[in-house]
Amino acid sequence: MNPISTLFAFLMNLPERPMRWAQGRLSKGRLGWVFVAPNLAVFALFTFLPIAFDIHYALTGGTNLLPSQRPYVGAENFASLLDCTDHFDANTCHRDLFWHGVWNTLRFVVFQVGLMLAFSLLTAIVLNRKIIGRSFFRAAFFYPVLLSPVVVALIWKWILQREGLLNAAMIGVGAEPTNWLLDPHWAFFWSVFVSIWAHMGFYTLILLAGLQAIPAEINEASQMDATPPWRHFRRITLPLLMPNVMVVLVLGLIRAVQVFDEVYVLTGGGPGSATVFVVQYIYKTGFADQIRQYGLAAAASLLLAGVLLVLTLAQMKGSQKKNG
Amino acid sequence: MRHAIIAASLAVLLTSATARAGEVRIACYSDGNECESTEILAARFMQANPDIKIAIDKMSFKAIQESLPVQLAAGQGPDIVRTTDFGPIMAYMLDLTPYVKDPAYWEANYGGTLGWMRRDANDHGIYGLMTQLTISAPLVNKTLFDQAGVAVPKAGATWDEWATAVKQVKEATKIVGGMAWDRSGARFAGPSISMGATYFAADGSPAVIDDGFKAMASRYVAWAKDGTVKGDIWSQAATGYRDAFDDFANGRIAVYLSGSWQLSRLEKTVGDGFDWVVGAEPCGRGGCTGMPGGAAFVALKHSKHPKDVGAFLDYLASAPVYAEWMVMTSNVPANVALQKKGLPYKLSKAGTAAIQQFGADAATLTPLAYKLQGDVMSRPIFGAVADRIAAVMAGQMTLDQAYARITSDVADAVAASKK
Amino acid sequence: MANLLTARRARIGWDWTDWAAHIYLVLGTLIMFGPVLWLVLSSVKSESGLQAFPPTILPYEQASVEVPQRGGALKLFTVTAGAHAGETLAEVRRMGLQSQLVDPAAPDKLIRVKLEERTPVMRLHAAWENFTELFSRFAFGRIVWNSLFITVVATLITLLMNSMAAFALSKYKFAGRDPVFLLMLATLMIPPTIVLVPNYLIASQLGLTDTPWGVIWPAVATPTGVFLLRQYMLTLPDELIEAARMDNASEWRIYWRIVLPLSAPALAVLAIFSVMWRWNEFLWPMVVLTRSESFTLPLALNSFQGELTTQWHYLLAMTVLTLLPVTAIFMVLQKHIAQGIASAGVK
Repeated sequence: MNPISTLFAFLMNLPERPMRWAQGRLSKGRLGWVFVAPNLAVFALFTFLPIAFDIHYALTGGTNLLPSQRPYVGAENFASLLDCTDHFDANTCHRDLFWHGVWNTLRFVVFQVGLMLAFSLLTAIVLNRKIIGRSFFRAAFFYPVLLSPVVVALIWKWILQREGLLNAAMIGVGAEPTNWLLDPHWAFFWSVFVSIWAHMGFYTLILLAGLQAIPAEINEASQMDATPPWRHFRRITLPLLMPNVMVVLVLGLIRAVQVFDEVYVLTGGGPGSATVFVVQYIYKTGFADQIRQYGLAAAASLLLAGVLLVLTLAQMKGSQKKNG
Repeated sequence: MRHAIIAASLAVLLTSATARAGEVRIACYSDGNECESTEILAARFMQANPDIKIAIDKMSFKAIQESLPVQLAAGQGPDIVRTTDFGPIMAYMLDLTPYVKDPAYWEANYGGTLGWMRRDANDHGIYGLMTQLTISAPLVNKTLFDQAGVAVPKAGATWDEWATAVKQVKEATKIVGGMAWDRSGARFAGPSISMGATYFAADGSPAVIDDGFKAMASRYVAWAKDGTVKGDIWSQAATGYRDAFDDFANGRIAVYLSGSWQLSRLEKTVGDGFDWVVGAEPCGRGGCTGMPGGAAFVALKHSKHPKDVGAFLDYLASAPVYAEWMVMTSNVPANVALQKKGLPYKLSKAGTAAIQQFGADAATLTPLAYKLQGDVMSRPIFGAVADRIAAVMAGQMTLDQAYARITSDVADAVAASKK
Repeated sequence: MANLLTARRARIGWDWTDWAAHIYLVLGTLIMFGPVLWLVLSSVKSESGLQAFPPTILPYEQASVEVPQRGGALKLFTVTAGAHAGETLAEVRRMGLQSQLVDPAAPDKLIRVKLEERTPVMRLHAAWENFTELFSRFAFGRIVWNSLFITVVATLITLLMNSMAAFALSKYKFAGRDPVFLLMLATLMIPPTIVLVPNYLIASQLGLTDTPWGVIWPAVATPTGVFLLRQYMLTLPDELIEAARMDNASEWRIYWRIVLPLSAPALAVLAIFSVMWRWNEFLWPMVVLTRSESFTLPLALNSFQGELTTQWHYLLAMTVLTLLPVTAIFMVLQKHIAQGIASAGVK
């Protein structure tokens, strides 16, 4: 017998006795808790407890990081974040960078999630055809998913900087070089682009899987009826693909709202504050500044998590209604 | 039997790194070879003191700046840390006075910078050793000036004269921009003090915006507009430090306001691509000054081996060792006696001339520059200045709005630090 | 390749959609893969080669020649104008705007040329020293071991714990099941940046700082993993489990003998994600690991970033090194991934 599977069998047999004992004492429902318990314990310790800490931080002030040594300030941190003459104009806010972050994040989510869905869908449809070297292309589109955000940003920063590869190529074909990351619109475009580049492989595979799960007869049937391809796509493919699209939307949305490292390393939030996102503000306030206003950072992140929760629940509710 | 073997191999697998006790740990970051050269000296020190162990942990500046305060708050962290950011860790610093052989030697030779690590004027502790003194000054691409037939401004030339000269060079040689400054509030402080900015009110509290500051800020923004200054390094990012080294190394700008820490990098990347010199500090009605700076090895209070920490820093601070260290890292010494004496650097002709100029500048920086660098609020001030002036250059706000924002940003930081 | 093409062509001809699809894929591959290739090529460029503009695709450095009479290696230039145009000469020194060159064959005679009338002779040269010098800068074996240990152990624990939870959440009905699932999913909403400080305080209370376990434990309960596995296990027929219960198999045995093997595709996906997450993880290890003997590769990689300068040539070489293992694992598991991800959208 091969030693790895022996080792595996040995290890997996270890809990057999205690589990059998537990099974004898507990109902099947309770046994479920036993299976969930280790995972839940880690969550409790390293996610739920820290969130409780953060609520405490958000309600206290000062620069001390030890929770017990921070003075209670009530809702002051929240009030300071929300203090604006006109919430739609970040320049009128006391914490202007936070509000630049809020509006930029919103814009980013709309463009990034929308475009990423479109491109993943297109790629999935193309890959679902009879393609030469399909598994190679599939792998090539997925590969960037493996890169760490910092590496992604460094690669693209190098390509996009004034003295980068892209400008060298533009000079090569006789075009004017552009300072891609210095123009607010281009910088925003590239942060959306790079983020799509880094993540679309994952979503493409989810959608591709959905497409492949559509029974071949359905496609053949509509080929017989000579249904125009666009109509076939809208009437048949898309509805059948809806569950996968929802997964892409929810996961993509959660990730887009939390966008940080890739864009931070790429643009630093600039030019001006054109690509400052909420998480960058949290990072700057809580970690990078010399005077760490950790309460402020915690308050901002709680606001962010709250908004995300509401958005996700709304989306799930919406999809449930649609699916009847 | 088989189970026993498996269990044993598991045990081996699960054994993880256990920290050796009785060591002095140094958390170190490098802008060049600072940590490596310290390692060489530490090895020699350990040979002479076999009962002391020094271990140097090389990490990024970010790791030190961001995680050290958290570690210290939790009662953890290294014995010594290399940092430029003294404010957040002041409460955790160890006074070395009882652990060094001759506190008077330290005071006499490192007095100017010891104050940066002190809480206030009544604090006379010795908390660490500067690993170098950095001086900000304009670096000049002399080849471009020669090609343009423009003379490099001499000592005593004002910022306006520099700007005119740079503009002439730019127009004559068709380079992208005249000069560039690192995106840094510390770099900006030199010129604005020269213009008469005082940064502090009479009672010592921060008061950044005054006529001197405005004189520099409005000039800088105007220069960026007319191309005298290549401003993209500033407007590019919303926050944080950015340097313009690439532009200078590739001959795209004629003057680069940076500092002495760029020396070894210049030697390596420019080579003899062009002639470069360190310009004299440009002047204004506040004087002719750059900014001093630099990192220190700071001793930390919770260390279990304060004696060993003191012994090692004492060793590094002794004149011959410190001199050798500065030669190894091509840095300006923070030791006043060595500054006066001059050191036998192993640099090219240009590099040697440059480091001599930096060394000479160290003595002429204004007292205000030293005071500002050492103030607890210096980094919040620098951050606010860089980010807000950059926002003006990016066309996001007017200068007057930026002034108001700088004032309120600094006030927020002061308020938070007092809670 | 030619074979493949003809094989395709032997069937009925291509219509324009086939062409469009293939062109899209080839262009897409260039965009998706080209930048990575660029990174790899850049990692063997010298420090000054990295700064050069326009950047070159391949690594170049200036050629030099040994001229013993002139004191050793001299850099080579081609003269572009003047009396010596077209000649390749070695530069002795630069004087202001003039360059003093010699013919390497006749090194006694100095030739003076204006600076703009010479261009450097470049030759291909891979700067492998970027890589080799890395090994002397770090206790490399130790760092690789730390990274491997953390990645492997954390991935194994992740697979175990997440699949246990997913098993219960998909195959049992119990009060509180759905809230627990939602609660786990909700942790996706928490930006990791913000739990850093409290997590450190907790880890230090538990004595986990500066040990690999300090990186492993906080990371093993992944909401994505539970989600992926649960969705996949929902598709496994309950009859299999019922049949096993008839045979009096214990629930634990059903979990690891039946459900786990059947979930292999989903486990493969989670495995590659977990490997990638742990291998690349930076922010949390940076806070929790402070001693060089417990460092992981990303921490060593980042030690090339100082306050004011970054040593790009080392940083890039290190980046390429860290990419290799993930790429290898990806190539091995590639086939399973598509299959496993299929599960995410099923229910």
